[in-house]
Amino acid sequence: MTDQFTSDPTKAAQRMRAGSMVIPLMPWGIAAVLLMVLPFIFTANSAITIMNQMAITIIFALAYNMLLGQGGMLSFGHAVYAGVGGFACVHIMNMDDFFAGIPLPVLPIFGGLMGMGLATIVGSFSTRKAGTVFAMISLGVGELIAACSVIIVAFFGGEEGISGDRTYGMPFFGVEFLQQIEVYYLITAWLLISAALMYLYSRTPLGRMANAVRDNPERAEFLGFSARWVRFFSFVASGFFAGVAGALFAVNYEILTEENLNTTQSGLILLATFLGGVGFFFGPILGAIVFTLVQTVLSLQTELWGFYLGIVFVVTVMFFPGGLAGLIMMHVPAMRLGKLGRLGIPYLKTLGAGAVGCLGGAALIEMTFHLRHASAGDHSMTLYWITFDSHTMLPWIVAIAVTLIGFGVARATAPALAEAWNDANTPDGTPR
Amino acid sequence: MDLILVNLIDGLVTGLLLFMLSAGLTLIFSMMGVLNFAHASFYMLGAYFAFQISLYIGFWMGLLIAPLVVGVLGAGVERYGLRRVHQYGHVPELIFTFGLALLIEEVVQFIWGKNQMPYATPEILQFTAFSIAGNSIPAYKIFMIFISIAIFIGLLYVLTRTRVGMIIQAALTYPKTVEALGHNVPLIFMGVFGVGTALAGVAGVIAGPVLGTFPGMAFVLGSIVFVTIVIGGLGSLWGALVASLLIGWITTFSKAYNLRMEDLLTWAGFTKPEPIWDSAWRDLWSITSPQIADILPYILMVLILIFRPYGLFGKRDA
Repeated sequence: MTDQFTSDPTKAAQRMRAGSMVIPLMPWGIAAVLLMVLPFIFTANSAITIMNQMAITIIFALAYNMLLGQGGMLSFGHAVYAGVGGFACVHIMNMDDFFAGIPLPVLPIFGGLMGMGLATIVGSFSTRKAGTVFAMISLGVGELIAACSVIIVAFFGGEEGISGDRTYGMPFFGVEFLQQIEVYYLITAWLLISAALMYLYSRTPLGRMANAVRDNPERAEFLGFSARWVRFFSFVASGFFAGVAGALFAVNYEILTEENLNTTQSGLILLATFLGGVGFFFGPILGAIVFTLVQTVLSLQTELWGFYLGIVFVVTVMFFPGGLAGLIMMHVPAMRLGKLGRLGIPYLKTLGAGAVGCLGGAALIEMTFHLRHASAGDHSMTLYWITFDSHTMLPWIVAIAVTLIGFGVARATAPALAEAWNDANTPDGTPR
Repeated sequence: MDLILVNLIDGLVTGLLLFMLSAGLTLIFSMMGVLNFAHASFYMLGAYFAFQISLYIGFWMGLLIAPLVVGVLGAGVERYGLRRVHQYGHVPELIFTFGLALLIEEVVQFIWGKNQMPYATPEILQFTAFSIAGNSIPAYKIFMIFISIAIFIGLLYVLTRTRVGMIIQAALTYPKTVEALGHNVPLIFMGVFGVGTALAGVAGVIAGPVLGTFPGMAFVLGSIVFVTIVIGGLGSLWGALVASLLIGWITTFSKAYNLRMEDLLTWAGFTKPEPIWDSAWRDLWSITSPQIADILPYILMVLILIFRPYGLFGKRDA
């Protein structure tokens, strides 16, 4: 088993070490091309709105992961920095003379600087300790600023928030950002820039020290680095990119309210980041995409989407602490051995059955919910495109049967999957 | 003077209620080193369970049974959830309890809906205990005070005077040694977690009728409870008591007396800018104390963290 990962010059990882720039640049190129063509595939206005939201969430989640994943700092109030950056940008939009002198694409820099400024102030006392203490301070400060937003009306606009108009800015090469698609390209450009900057940041010595301080602050201190300063710099950098995300939100929606910086928002970004996986750079990107889809698409389908999300989140924390990205990266050894294909059929059997079981369980939950909370006399409900009477026995029997069979089959085939998994992760010819 | 007395009682009720939550939380923290984000959710569960029980067999049985159910649930969460996540470290533990808080809120909405439940104080306590200069004090408030104090004394007695309490205290500091002496430390941890959540359940049972039983009740109180134990010093029972009472009185008094920033600033020698609605400082001048009553604990917490990072009663390295 020891020679499982012996070097092989034809493999990507070894070429990367050899100094070739093609491989590390490839994902970025693909991402750029993909972002360019996506609006031509999904042309509907609603799709572009969702993609804008997605891009903003990605930047925010990446910024958040600079703290959680790379720095080991759990923040419960990170929406504050994004929110304040956004509010500052709306104020700039409303300063007619000043805003007429700067093009809109530059605006996120101001939002970032604002978020960074606030992070500098808060970070000066909150980064003293990591872990629980940091989490508590971030929560307290987050609550404090969110509560202030109702009181300091001049800046936060009270309950109704503040709104501006992005089109008053200096035209940027003739583009005035009247249309959603123009905003899309503005946001994706910023997405690429900030993602690249955040990636590069994680490769700098400072970014590496953040990892060291996360894993073993004592040892980092012995090496002569101040754990506190390292945490502080991570915090400030993260505040900057959160501010950029907030500014893009302001550009996209042209309105900011208290909702953008309250604890619920902070909790959601934690959810998105963790579901995606904090261990890898691309984890938060995945998380933000999936989360936005769930938030926009699933919430149209069911009232209970928060319930499902809660279950998925708790299950993720308990059983897959690496998140989605961790699950994907688990398959890298099998891929290196070229035996990924052997997992296909067992996966299909177990996970397919499991998915059927989950759908059946969801049906049971939906039916229970309908039974309890639908208005009196309303017996008909529609589930998976089938309309039926929720007060008769048949649908219940069917749903229970589907659930039991689904999970039963998944359980019965699990040993075979485990077998295949072991097989796929063992080089051929190794005695077992 | 009379008004001060009334406010003292009101603040005491709020403070003791907070204490019942923060006592369990701080106990759990000193034991496992993890802040239970879902603590206020157990408080909410207590209220909902008690409401459901009170529909069938009355308020008093609810007061008895609901905390037990909540405690068993809490112990189950520790046994099957936290203990599993513990291997990944403290931050995933915090995230786990955070997710649990979300999930419990969703479950409560799923079962009981989004509206407030008609959970009322028992009829036997619906009278005026006494009145101070025309301000009547309902008997239920006195009842709340007595329950909280009884629980505090009971907790203190168990922790400091009984054999079980000694073992718990020892297990907090030297779990390995206690284990070597033949005690089942994981069981102790589970028990303390259960008792802590049961305490939160009691708080929910008695606060539900006055503060309202609705799905947001955990969220409303949750962060204040954290603020309380941070101010008191993480892991300190006395700190939790002092901080709870402090917060209870501060919020009650600032709501009762309409102190205006305008008066304060004028007294300090500033002149009011004219016209006020055009000034950048207009919000500062128009602040009144009832308006900021709810954020005063947070301000207090930030100040404490800056000037005394380990809290009022915390140990230096906590």
